[in-house]
Formats: sequence, C-alpha cells, structure tokens
Amino acid sequence: MSQYINPSDLTTILPAIVLTVWACALLVADLFIPHERKGWTAVLAALGLVVSLDITLIQAGGTSTGFKGMVTLDGFSTFLNALLLVSGLFGVALAYGYVRRMGLERGEYYTLLLFSVVGMMLMVQASDLIVVFIALELLSIPLYVLAALNVRQIESEEAGLKYFLLGSFSTGFLVYGIALIFGATGSTSYSGIVTAASAGTSSLLLTIGAALLLVGFGFKVAAVPFHMWTPDVYQGAPTSVTAFMSSGAKIAGFAALLRVFALAFPTLTADLTPILAALAALTMIGGNLIAVSQTNIKRLLAYSSIAHAGYILMAFVPYGNPQVMPVSVAAGLFYLVAYAVTNFGAWGVVIALEKQGGKGLEISDYAGLFWKNRPLALAMTVFMLSLIGFPPTIGMVGKFYLFRAVIDGGFVWLAIVGVVTSLISAYYYLRVVVNMFMQEGEPQTGSEFWVNFTWGLTALMTIIISFVPQPLFAWASSAVLRLF
Amino acid sequence: MSIDLILFLILAVVAVATALGMLLSKNAVYSALFLVLNFAAIAVFYLLLGAPFIAISQVTVYAGAIMVLFLFVIMLLGAETLAPSKVLRGQGWAAFGLAVVLVAETVYLLVSRHAAVGVIARPDAFLNTMDSLREIGKALFIQYLLPFEVTSILLLVAMVGAIVLTRREKGG
Repeated sequence: MSQYINPSDLTTILPAIVLTVWACALLVADLFIPHERKGWTAVLAALGLVVSLDITLIQAGGTSTGFKGMVTLDGFSTFLNALLLVSGLFGVALAYGYVRRMGLERGEYYTLLLFSVVGMMLMVQASDLIVVFIALELLSIPLYVLAALNVRQIESEEAGLKYFLLGSFSTGFLVYGIALIFGATGSTSYSGIVTAASAGTSSLLLTIGAALLLVGFGFKVAAVPFHMWTPDVYQGAPTSVTAFMSSGAKIAGFAALLRVFALAFPTLTADLTPILAALAALTMIGGNLIAVSQTNIKRLLAYSSIAHAGYILMAFVPYGNPQVMPVSVAAGLFYLVAYAVTNFGAWGVVIALEKQGGKGLEISDYAGLFWKNRPLALAMTVFMLSLIGFPPTIGMVGKFYLFRAVIDGGFVWLAIVGVVTSLISAYYYLRVVVNMFMQEGEPQTGSEFWVNFTWGLTALMTIIISFVPQPLFAWASSAVLRLF
Repeated sequence: MSIDLILFLILAVVAVATALGMLLSKNAVYSALFLVLNFAAIAVFYLLLGAPFIAISQVTVYAGAIMVLFLFVIMLLGAETLAPSKVLRGQGWAAFGLAVVLVAETVYLLVSRHAAVGVIARPDAFLNTMDSLREIGKALFIQYLLPFEVTSILLLVAMVGAIVLTRREKGG
C-alpha cells in the first residue's frame, strides 16, 4: 500500500477517469473537425460514453473505496452510473440533429455534456462532503453554460443567468451546511460524521447542517419550495439541454442525497423524516397544481418534473427504518429509471415538433398530430400515460413500488397524497393527448433519425419494462449502499 | 522596545492609513491600490504572528489574484469615471450604529480576555516553523488528492464555458 495513491484508488472511479480523459481529448480533437462536420464530435462523445458504460458494467458487482475514503464503488453507484451514462447517450442523440437545425452547433456542446456527466458520476460515488461539493459544481457549471448556449435568443441567456445565480446561491447553502456539519463533528467524511454523531456530539448544529444540505440538494432536484427557477430555465434553455439536465441533474442530486442521508445521518432520523415527508408532499402538490394551468409544453414538462421530484422524494422518507430502507431505495432507483426513460421520450417528441425561434411549443401546436404522424402521437400518448402512472407503462410500475415502500414505512397519508396528485396530473397530461387525437390542426413534424430513434426506443422501453419489471427491480434491489 | 513592537507600530499606522485612503479616495482605481497596500501590511502582521502560510496566501490570493480581478473590472466597466452613486436615506446613521456595535464588541473582547489570560496567547510554536507548510501540502496531496485534482477539471470547464459563451462563431 503506497501512502499516496494505489491502483485501487483509480479503479474505484475508473469510468469517470476515462470519461474525463476522453472529454479533454475531445476538446482538442474538436479543433481539427471542420465546422460543417461537427456531427463527428457528437459521434466521438457518444463513443466515450459507451466506453465508460462498458467499464461500469464490467465493474458491476465489485465494491471498493478509494482516495482515502473520498469515493466509493458499490452496487448503488454502478446502477446509477450506468443510468447516467445512458442519459448522456440520449442527451447526445437528442442534440445531434437539434443543435444543427437551431444553428447552435458547437463542438464544445458535447465536451461540456461529457464533463457534466463526469460530475454526476463523481457525485453518485462521493462518500465525503468535499467531493459532493466539487462534483456538484462540476456537473452544474457545464449546465449553466449549455442553458445559455443560444445567445441569439434572450430567453436562453435569461435561463443561463438565472440558473447560474440561483445555483450559486443554493451552493452557498450547501457549503454552509457542510461547514456546520464539520463544526459539529470535526469531519466531512460520512464515516467520520457517523462516528462523531453516535458518540453524542452536539446534535443541534449537525441537524441544522443537514437541513441546509437538504436546501442545497432540494434546489438541484427542483423540490418545492426551491423550484422557482425550474420553469424559466427549462423553457429558455435549448430543448436538448433541458432534456439532459432534467434527468441527469435530478438523478445525481437524488443519489447524493440518498447516500448522505442513509450513511451520514442515521442518527438524525427523528428530526429529518418529518421534514422530508413535508417536502415530498409539498413538491407533489405544488408541481401538479401549477402544471394544470400551463399552455406551453416545455413549462408543462418543467412542472411535471417538479412533481416527479416529489414522488422520488417519497422514497427517502422511510430512510431511517432499516427494515424498509432497502426496499424504498430500490423503489427510488426504479422510479429514477422510469422517470429518465419517459422524460427523454417526452422531450424527444417536443424536439421533433419544435421549430426555429421557439415556435411549435404550445400545446395547441399538437392539435391533430395523430392524423399527421401516428407513431409520434402514439409515442407521446405512451409517455403521457407513463407520467400519470397509468397501465401498461413503466410509470405505473414505478409508482406502485414507491407507494408500497412508503406504506410499509408507515406513511399512509403520503401515499394518499401521491395518489390524489397523480389523479390531478391526469388532467393536464391527458389534455395533450386529447389535443393530438380530437382537435383539428396541421402540425409540422421534423424527421431526424436520432430523435426518432430516441422517442421510439424509449416508448418501447416504457411499455416492455412495465410487463417485465422484475429483472430491473431485482437489479435495483441488489444495488445496495456499501457501508464503511 | 523590541523590534517586533516597533515593526508592529509602523505597520499599524500603514494599515490604518491605507484603509482610510481606500475609503476616502474619490477614484475607484486609487481605492483598489490602497487596498493592495492594506493587504500587504496585514500579510506582514501574519508573519509577526508566526503564520507564514497565511501570510503568503494573503499576498498571492488577495493582493495578487483578487485585486487584479478588481482592477480589471473597474477599468473594463469604466467605474473610475462614474459619478458618485446616490446615498441611501439613513445610510450614514446605520453605518454609525454598526460601527459603534463593532467597536463595543472589540473593546469588550479585549478587556475580558485581558482580565482572564493576561495576554493573548501566542499561536502554537509548531505554526512558527515551515513545518506547517509541509503539513498543509501533505494533507492536500494525500488525504485530499481527489478533490484537488477534480478542482483543476472544474477550472478547465469554467474556462471553456466562459469562452464558449463570449466568443461568437464566424458569421454568427
């Protein structure tokens, strides 16, 4: 064992290291790719993601810690890293034709996307609050830039600036929380925090620190009441960026939240569980109620993503109950997959209908889609049903597991809130469907191979996984957190 | 009178004078330059207290990097030619009140500590040597190696991002 660095340190985060090196190389390689052929950059970026995904899957089953306990490799991180890398691939696929059509084609788009994925993967693997903080910045800064990429459109600049300012503000909460936790326990590593907390150091400071962490993460995953930025940013950012950040940033945020709470704060259950339950309920109610009045599809999906953050938060509520915790973690992971798949599909359909200058984004623009382009309309119907949680879709199965876990944890009222808000959400999701089938209109649809591929594949996945959810759920159940 | 005390008295005068100069000068560039001098004087205070690492970071980070950024912003925005901004109503009184509170706190602390300890304790002898620097380096490159390296990636990304947003494509 060397004092400085060991091979096991590197293999613990090998997928992230490979992706980092790949992104740096891509940054240079992009200089030699002529402007008309920037598609090659996308292909190379996708290749990097595939290589990293391969390594992740080869490593599946292994567990280790690296860099003096800063990062952990376990089933949980393998599962989520694979999901993040697939999200990155969908993000590249959706951007490939879209950025060219919108005149946004820049090689750096894909490099920044790769760096953002690296940040997300580190955040999933982090087992020290300092790594969480830096990984959070690494995932956020590329997203700030990508959100503002469309410099010709004032909304995009507004989105980037708003996201940047509010993101920095929320990072402030996070860092303050980390500082208080360090003050209370004298450590930033999860194991150190637990040791100090069970030895009975001042718990008030620790609780306040944990609550501030929750504020910081709550912003990243867009939980009510920290959601104000979401609709404007999702609407103003280029749609391919929105699709990626609405899935990727949420997955990473939830992963870090889950690991921190389950590993570092098991002693604070009594204080934190009611806060988490209230946050989940507020997010489900707020997101779904405001979504009802939306007429723009991007804003509608933004509020829908807020509402779904609430559903996923439900998986956290029973985190202090050791009997229910494994099931609820598995349910949360399953729901993250369900959300990511459905979400990418829905955004893919939005991209297929969007036109220059932010046209084609009203729900009324979807009128008569079924009569114009049947596969597209049917796919959108599948996504809307999945977001409601209607059978036979993956969203229904995900909600079933979630509600079951919450009821097992003894939070029946929370499950009732979930069911009622799902019913409310049926109103606005079905309005899109009604528009496509029962209204007259002349929608114009684009036809780009990779966009069609994305919504086609995700629509199939949405239905097929709902019939055979067991393998995925079994994988999620085996994706347990590695304790120290 | 020891050398330390003489040095301290000279530096104290410099520090207070430059702080006043920064507040009172009408030109923003002069203010920034006074602030640089003030930082330098405080860096020597740290040396007197036996904290070489903090002294050096004070010079490189504050007097160096941050002040250069300040000057850049002042010159790029042309702030030195701007007319003085309007003063909020009651700002003077609020500032006076806060200053009184600050002075009262300081005096109270000094008096109470003096009564208890006699003199403010010197920092650990260990800090007086360059060993502290070695310890910081060790912590950074052994315990905190990964965050340190990721920070460099973070800076790269921020730089790429800034260039992407400000540089216009040809014909764009």
